Amino acid sequence: MKRRDFLKVSASGGLLLGFGLPVRAEIRDTLTTNAPFAPNAFLRVDRTGKVTFVSPMIEMGQGTYTSLPMLIAEELEVDVDKVAIEHSPADDKVYVNPLIGIQMTGGSTAIRSMYVPLRRAGATARTMLVTAAAQRWKVDPSACRAQNGAVLHAASGRKLGYGALVDAAAKLPVPEKVALKEPSEFKLVGKPHKRLDTAGKVNGSAKYGIDARLPGMKFAAVAQSPTFGGKLLSIDEAKAKAVRGVMQVVRLDDAVAIVASHTWAAKQGLAAGAPQWDAGPNAKVSMADIVDQLALASEKPGAVARHEGDAAAAIAGAVKKIEAVYQQPFLAHAAMEPMNCTVHLTKEGCDIWVGTQVPGITQAAVMKLTGLQREQVRIHNHLLGGGFGRRLEFDGTVRAVQIAQHVREPVQVIWSREEDIQHDMYRPYYYDRISAGVDAQGKAVAWSHRIAGSSIVARYSPAWIKDGVDPDAVDASKDQPYEFSAVHVDWVRQEPPSGIHTSWWRGVGATRGTFVVESFIDELAANAKQDPLAYRLALLEKNPRARAVLQFAAQGSGWGEPLPAGQGRGIALCIGFGSLVAQVVQVTVGKEGAVRPTRVWCVVDCGVQVNPDTIRAQMESGIVFGLSAALYGEITIKDGRVEQSNFGDYRVMRINETPRIDVQLVKSLEAPGGIGEPGTSCVMPALTNAIFAATGKRIRKLPIGKQVPL
Amino acid sequence: MVKLNVNGKPRDIDVAEDTPLLWTLRDVLNMTGTKFGCGAGLCGACTIHIDGQPVRSCVTPVSAAVGKRITTIEGIAATPAGRKVQAAWLELDVVQCGYCQSGQIMSATALLASNPKPSDADIDSAMTGNICRCGTYPRIRAAIKKAAGVSDKEV
Repeated sequence: MKRRDFLKVSASGGLLLGFGLPVRAEIRDTLTTNAPFAPNAFLRVDRTGKVTFVSPMIEMGQGTYTSLPMLIAEELEVDVDKVAIEHSPADDKVYVNPLIGIQMTGGSTAIRSMYVPLRRAGATARTMLVTAAAQRWKVDPSACRAQNGAVLHAASGRKLGYGALVDAAAKLPVPEKVALKEPSEFKLVGKPHKRLDTAGKVNGSAKYGIDARLPGMKFAAVAQSPTFGGKLLSIDEAKAKAVRGVMQVVRLDDAVAIVASHTWAAKQGLAAGAPQWDAGPNAKVSMADIVDQLALASEKPGAVARHEGDAAAAIAGAVKKIEAVYQQPFLAHAAMEPMNCTVHLTKEGCDIWVGTQVPGITQAAVMKLTGLQREQVRIHNHLLGGGFGRRLEFDGTVRAVQIAQHVREPVQVIWSREEDIQHDMYRPYYYDRISAGVDAQGKAVAWSHRIAGSSIVARYSPAWIKDGVDPDAVDASKDQPYEFSAVHVDWVRQEPPSGIHTSWWRGVGATRGTFVVESFIDELAANAKQDPLAYRLALLEKNPRARAVLQFAAQGSGWGEPLPAGQGRGIALCIGFGSLVAQVVQVTVGKEGAVRPTRVWCVVDCGVQVNPDTIRAQMESGIVFGLSAALYGEITIKDGRVEQSNFGDYRVMRINETPRIDVQLVKSLEAPGGIGEPGTSCVMPALTNAIFAATGKRIRKLPIGKQVPL
Repeated sequence: MVKLNVNGKPRDIDVAEDTPLLWTLRDVLNMTGTKFGCGAGLCGACTIHIDGQPVRSCVTPVSAAVGKRITTIEGIAATPAGRKVQAAWLELDVVQCGYCQSGQIMSATALLASNPKPSDADIDSAMTGNICRCGTYPRIRAAIKKAAGVSDKEV
């Protein structure tokens, strides 16, 4: 069987660590292990004592394949470096993310959702292994303890490795209640631990979806309608097939694929075939149309997300009214691994090799498209070459299966970078109107914020809409932390023209909301001629955690100390994903208006820490991702098509532009919070507030681009 | 047939001479450690060495490598600089998603092979062509300095 062959290759590939590099956990496809002891869906132990962790979450850089095994190993009492990791198969029930309701890696929820379930999984297995040993020795289980993959009976000095106990343990009833360690008993959790997925990522052996290789497989290049909603008119098949290596042309309604013996031949075939398109209904759509619609929509009252006091009256009667409009652009994800998917579709079923944040709903989409049953659609998940929300969508898999429906062999469909940028599902354009009434001292007495934009939730999961309000659309706006006597927040849904799809992008609603709230608070501080830190602290008297992160960030940065002309510091606070992050960005504005962030101080309070170094890494990562977007990120549409196409015109931050980043972690025993996204959400307003401090220019529309004065 | 030398091994490959090395390595030789990122020499994910020099394999035809030594990420540990760079990457836990890291390591290794004690400006100039969307740049810089044995006190 071809699939089995591949699995063997994949499993052995994971062992090719070589070159004297330290041995770390192997990572492999699902269903390769046949272990006698599997007390729950996350964990298997075989007769050699080898522990396999089937991860409900996928690794996309965020460190999940280290922090989640740490939770298991902590309670199971095994060496985490020797735990093998498998990607979970598609299953929205067994591998459900309890915070989301489906099998999903996203929303900075891995630790938040799995902190207890995985510790319980490990503790359950440990309890059963200890019981098995106690029964064999005919002693009380409480006289035994687990340590480093073995059970010990101190009184008699006896010891049995887990491998010798798995058959007996497997026959025991699974206990319903097990004792979890107190945080003070943790040996692993809370201490920095080296990533378990590094070895394969420095020697080329790590397998991403794009690295799937199958006997006899073909490679396809795809072109999708360059205009949103357009159709394929024609392609010169003879010219395409004249390219050496090209085998087949697959015509779809709105796309065309060239199937060849390798990707370059497929690309050449596509170029030679020169597909022609019917531009369709959006042929004249440009940014002005989209922004005008949003501006108009934001003049109407929206669904009320929060209403305390009478903000309208309080603002009308205030000494002064401050108001502003903020705009945030469409953004592409531009993960380093372009969209790709490998499919082998036969009468018996459909095997799919892909890196996805959502295996379960991807499987369901393929079932719907092919008419196959659940067990016939097998999703082989892979490491993700970046997710950032892009791989919360299954459009790339659906497209690949549409192509595979015409191809006999396994086929790998790779989108060119241009396809990836121009057929992304974009972070929505948001248009926010915000106002406040202030008293004679500049203190804000009322706050009113209207958000207008696309609802990702309404398309993705309408059941999440509560009382007519999209919780993502108003995230960090509805629950902005500052205290005012009157607050009104409402939301108007306004979708872009059909065919322009919007989706999740790192930081989701909190990124959009935090930019507006933290910019406008800065505006209020400036109006009051007060220090932006002091102004915030005065409005946060009931939130000691928020005050603490702000004060730590300020202290670290030398807040208040004078800077040379053309430099400035900006501060921002993000409360989101169960964590609190404060950042100070220091910026230098050059003579030609060039904005260069030179330093970032980041303080994070994410409650209980699992792997502190991962938290640091995610803050660094989120900051660079957010700075990229704030400085340059913008997808624009003209004549129904995206104007950007590759890293030349969709610019992202490079090493020479990257500031020094200092991350400080606040020790806390609060519930663990998410860390993948708040770093991104916080840094954008911290940067634009720094630009204001340096130049007096308030950035109300992203990206910053060339808005800063010469 | 094109005759290539990949990581010290002779390979006869049946592709057109204008075929980029990237797709030859990945799709014909099944050496998938070298990554596709942009297809236009803009991101560095596909960086390999030809006679020790870093090149973007997505825009380098196989014909350009005939009679020369090709080194890929799968073979970089055979060089002293490559081993040092990999060890530093592990020591500082540089990687996140890891997709760009083959290219980062190939660029960093070429830098250290020609310039054992690079300055920050040298690192900028050697590494600016390699994009990382996970933002591992601060650790890449620190790891290059660690591999080179130079101080990382100031940026």
